[in-house]
Amino acid sequence: MTTPKVYKTEAIVLRRINLGEADKILTLYTPNLGKIRAIAKGVRKPTSKLGGHVELLTHCSLMLARGRNLDIVSQGETLDSFSPLRRDLWRISCALYLAELVDAFAAENVENRPVFALLLDALHWLGQARHTGLVLRYFELHLLGHLGYQPQLQQCVNCKSALEPTANFFSASGGGMLCPNCVDTEPVTRPISLNALKVLRFLQNSDLATSQRLRLSPDLSRELEQLLREYIRYLLERELKSTEFLHRLEQDFVTDLR
Amino acid sequence: MNRGFFPPAEPVSRLIDEFNKLPGIGPKSAARLAYHLLRMPEAEARSLAEAIIAVKDKIVLCSLCQNITDSDPYAICRSKQRDQNKICIVEEPLDILALERTGQYQGLYHVLHGVISPMEGIGPDDLKIRELLGRLKSGKVEEVILATNPNLEGEATAMYLQRLLSPSGIRMTSLARGLPVGGDLEYADEVTLGRALEGRREV
Ligand SMILES: [Zn+2]
Ligand SMILES: [Zn+2]
Repeated sequence: MTTPKVYKTEAIVLRRINLGEADKILTLYTPNLGKIRAIAKGVRKPTSKLGGHVELLTHCSLMLARGRNLDIVSQGETLDSFSPLRRDLWRISCALYLAELVDAFAAENVENRPVFALLLDALHWLGQARHTGLVLRYFELHLLGHLGYQPQLQQCVNCKSALEPTANFFSASGGGMLCPNCVDTEPVTRPISLNALKVLRFLQNSDLATSQRLRLSPDLSRELEQLLREYIRYLLERELKSTEFLHRLEQDFVTDLR
Repeated sequence: MNRGFFPPAEPVSRLIDEFNKLPGIGPKSAARLAYHLLRMPEAEARSLAEAIIAVKDKIVLCSLCQNITDSDPYAICRSKQRDQNKICIVEEPLDILALERTGQYQGLYHVLHGVISPMEGIGPDDLKIRELLGRLKSGKVEEVILATNPNLEGEATAMYLQRLLSPSGIRMTSLARGLPVGGDLEYADEVTLGRALEGRREV
């Protein structure tokens, strides 16, 4: 595909790293180009007109010019800075986790519009959600679905039989549920409660607004978090860095976070 | 090894290797620097070598403010002129220079040596936060000024500290708006930074 010398795109800023004296390399998620990396020049100088528009976790409209290696951002305009989100350390940290998740799973220059829409939707909801944990679980489940890792929740991945309303198993390596008879057919499995399975099925078929109506006990929240995190760790073959900080916040300020 | 390739004399290739380890220096620039040094007058080269050794031998982190210094405690921490009741928290040593240039601030400093950056795996334990808590235990400090950079990580770090310190009851302020979002403190001009210090507000 040939692209013009200068082009315009919407983007969400996933990551920024310093380059040289005053520049930054941005990792952007765009609707048409998927993940791209670009250089923003001079943005660490307070006089920069561009700096504020390419802040981390900003939804912006950008003009880019083709560069030799990386493209160069020539103009930017903020579409949404998600300010409700930015006022709260826990919500910021959740949003950074989503950004890291997208960055980890997305290959460069692979278009995936549903992922862009999902990220935008989730960042909006994180600013107002009563249950941020549900936004994260919804996001994880749907992101995996859009990337071709939709977990099979309706039947056993091995024998294909319908699941009985009993204690079943979830297998990260099998990509879905296992019935008690088939539990030994996969290397990575864990028990899953009936309630956790119901919540996952509900999340898979609802939208973010509806998902906020759920009320989960702390135990159930933790089970879902651990289950999806294990599945993600299995797929990425590593742990995401921002999860450590989320746990740290929970430890340091136990009382009033969620 | 390629036929016809004669590597430079061992001391030269060693120097090239060392330069090559520096940030932003590729093999070509490393070779250029090495040959530049070869042509330099002996006294200049010696002075450069001594400066490198001195920076490693004599520079330490101040046990109080964590700024880089050649005498511990650092001059500002030792000074009787400075207001011992105020601590201004900054990300990097260069930020102290920027704030000192304004001539508006008479208190002490504390350098975090970074910011919380969850995606890069940099958490509170990687910063000089424990050292800060130690300094605050004395009970002498009445105001903490959060002067991290006005970007997401800087603000997240300030929020973390605010939460951590709020049980202590110490007054906490942050630099006034007017510093453009996304910029680095060290590049702010004196006037803007001075105004931001003057108009700092409670957090
Ligand atoms: Zn089965
Ligand atoms: Zn000091």
